[in-house]
Amino acid sequence: MLTQLKCKLAVLGLAAALSFNAYAAQSNGAGASFVFPAMTKWSSDYNKATKNRISYQSIGSGGGIAQAKANTVDFGSTDAPLKPEELAKFNLGQFPSVNGGVVPVVNIPGVAAGAIRFTGPVLADIYLGKIKLWNDPAIVALNADLKLPALPIRVIYRADGSGTTFNFVNYLSKVSPEWKQKIGEGTTVRWPGGFGGKGNEGVAAYVKQIKGAIGYVELSYATSNKLSYAAMKNAAGNFVQPSLKTIQAAANSADWANSKDFYLIVTNAPGAESWPITATNFILMSTKPKNPVNAKEAIKFFRWVYTSGDTSAQQLGYVPLSPELVTRIEAYWATKFKY
Amino acid sequence: MSDATALAQRLRLVEARASSDNFKDRLFHWILAAAGFFVLFSLLGAMYVMFIGGQAAFAKEGWKFITTDFWDPANNIFHGLSPIVGTLVSSFIALLFAVPISFGIALFLTEVAPTWMRNPIAIAIELLAGIPSIIYGMWGLFVLVPMLGENVYPWINDNLGQLPLIGQYFQGVPIGVGLLTAGTVLAIMIIPFIASVMREVFLTVPSRLKESAYALGSTTWEVVWDVVLPYTKSAVIGGVFLGLGRALGETMAVTFVIGNANRLASLLEPSTSISATIANEFAEAFADEHRAALLGLGFLLFVVSFCVLSVAKLLLLSLKHREGR
Repeated sequence: MLTQLKCKLAVLGLAAALSFNAYAAQSNGAGASFVFPAMTKWSSDYNKATKNRISYQSIGSGGGIAQAKANTVDFGSTDAPLKPEELAKFNLGQFPSVNGGVVPVVNIPGVAAGAIRFTGPVLADIYLGKIKLWNDPAIVALNADLKLPALPIRVIYRADGSGTTFNFVNYLSKVSPEWKQKIGEGTTVRWPGGFGGKGNEGVAAYVKQIKGAIGYVELSYATSNKLSYAAMKNAAGNFVQPSLKTIQAAANSADWANSKDFYLIVTNAPGAESWPITATNFILMSTKPKNPVNAKEAIKFFRWVYTSGDTSAQQLGYVPLSPELVTRIEAYWATKFKY
Repeated sequence: MSDATALAQRLRLVEARASSDNFKDRLFHWILAAAGFFVLFSLLGAMYVMFIGGQAAFAKEGWKFITTDFWDPANNIFHGLSPIVGTLVSSFIALLFAVPISFGIALFLTEVAPTWMRNPIAIAIELLAGIPSIIYGMWGLFVLVPMLGENVYPWINDNLGQLPLIGQYFQGVPIGVGLLTAGTVLAIMIIPFIASVMREVFLTVPSRLKESAYALGSTTWEVVWDVVLPYTKSAVIGGVFLGLGRALGETMAVTFVIGNANRLASLLEPSTSISATIANEFAEAFADEHRAALLGLGFLLFVVSFCVLSVAKLLLLSLKHREGR
């Protein structure tokens, strides 16, 4: 009886080992935390569909860039694109993976979600500390229909370095010369004032707790935490609400055709419907990979993502790439990754 | 004859045994030495790696790295005075709250509490020491921050904030985020460490001494102050510094409640600490200068902790000398 059981177990073990070998196609990626939830969902779905395995470590964009340059991962991921010269220097290729949106959120008594409106320069002046009260004439001029209290504005920002911050301050730099000159852009900057929350959840928690607070979070956090998000005036001069649709519009209107190596930051995108603070995540892959089999596997994975990963991305608050952009990426792959 | 051979044989055996023992003893000695040096080696290795990593920042910024407050990752300027001050001040506040409370806990458990109560409370304190720091951080953010912001910060701002000279250090936005909150959370975190050390050393005081003092008509306080404390002074201070060591390096709980602003500020304003800055910025630090500056800060934290522990040791030595006389 016992030996029979042992026999069965051995067979099972052997089968498991064999099957493990059969599905050994695997590729490893590392980088931005911004895209981590989507990567996790995609790789598990991909594993179910193809039995191939993709592992992704959320070590931050800095780490993703460093590992891609060192050629120690099959693909790296970053929220800030690398310049074409830098890519050439390290034999890297670069392409977008997915879009997301950064949304200003406020906590003003009596102001509902989507009710308050900002322009880019007003948002920059708030974060610069030049606009101190919610009933400042600059804000009231944009929101004549709202009853704004004489409440001090409490500025909240991301304390940890993040792609969310990178795209937010990149936008502020584009719309406010003073911001560009005084503060600049990066994954963390020298904030003129305010409080730093850790992660999207930290910022959301502060905004919820503190009356008069303003912060910025990823789209999914703005909607899932029942925060009052703001409408923004875009480059075309229209006020738009943050949504998958407006982020999609921004991503579609971006000028990918004239960007070398997809070096383009889509904030302040043209287009009547565009959400102005739209973010893109980028994938970095070596043109001379150490392990071409795994690299090919990674390309296959992203091809699958572009065709079958859209729904799961949207459920998580990301916006998939447009079909035209995917065609462009396919052409880029053909020229760049010849192995 | 046969007796002599038997003796010789036995002698040979003993010799063989002795030389094998000798070898084993030496082997054991080296294994132990290796274990001992392992600690020293990892300590120096970690310090060396931090120093090498941070060297670029020290070379570029010079003394300004520790004397000036200007941390600007976007423009690659890294002057780290505010995280250094934040680490020291938040740890100091933590000690300010934790030492008297721990003292009270330890005394209650050893001198005052009924016997049946002592063990359960002692166990509860040890359990408190085992709570992960992120739990303290979340509790701090969701419970302590609003509570302090609504009740304590406004009072401090209105009363202490008006004092001449020191008033500016007690003014600020009453939101509940800042050095004071960080210090409070740290205090709660290190109380179990300090209290359990104190309790254990108070238990070592011979009951004959205490009973004699009681017999002479001392009050509980007099027994504690004149008998228990002098007897255990050095160990108590050791326990306090153990807590300080933990407070200096604490990361997660501090990051949640300190406000993470890289600037010198009053106790009620957001600030930052060395470990919080490193934890926040390291993952997304693109520029080499930024990474170097963060490693450099790590090295400084190393040095600060080292200095604190050295001072503690010196203090203990001088106390021992005095006790001898």
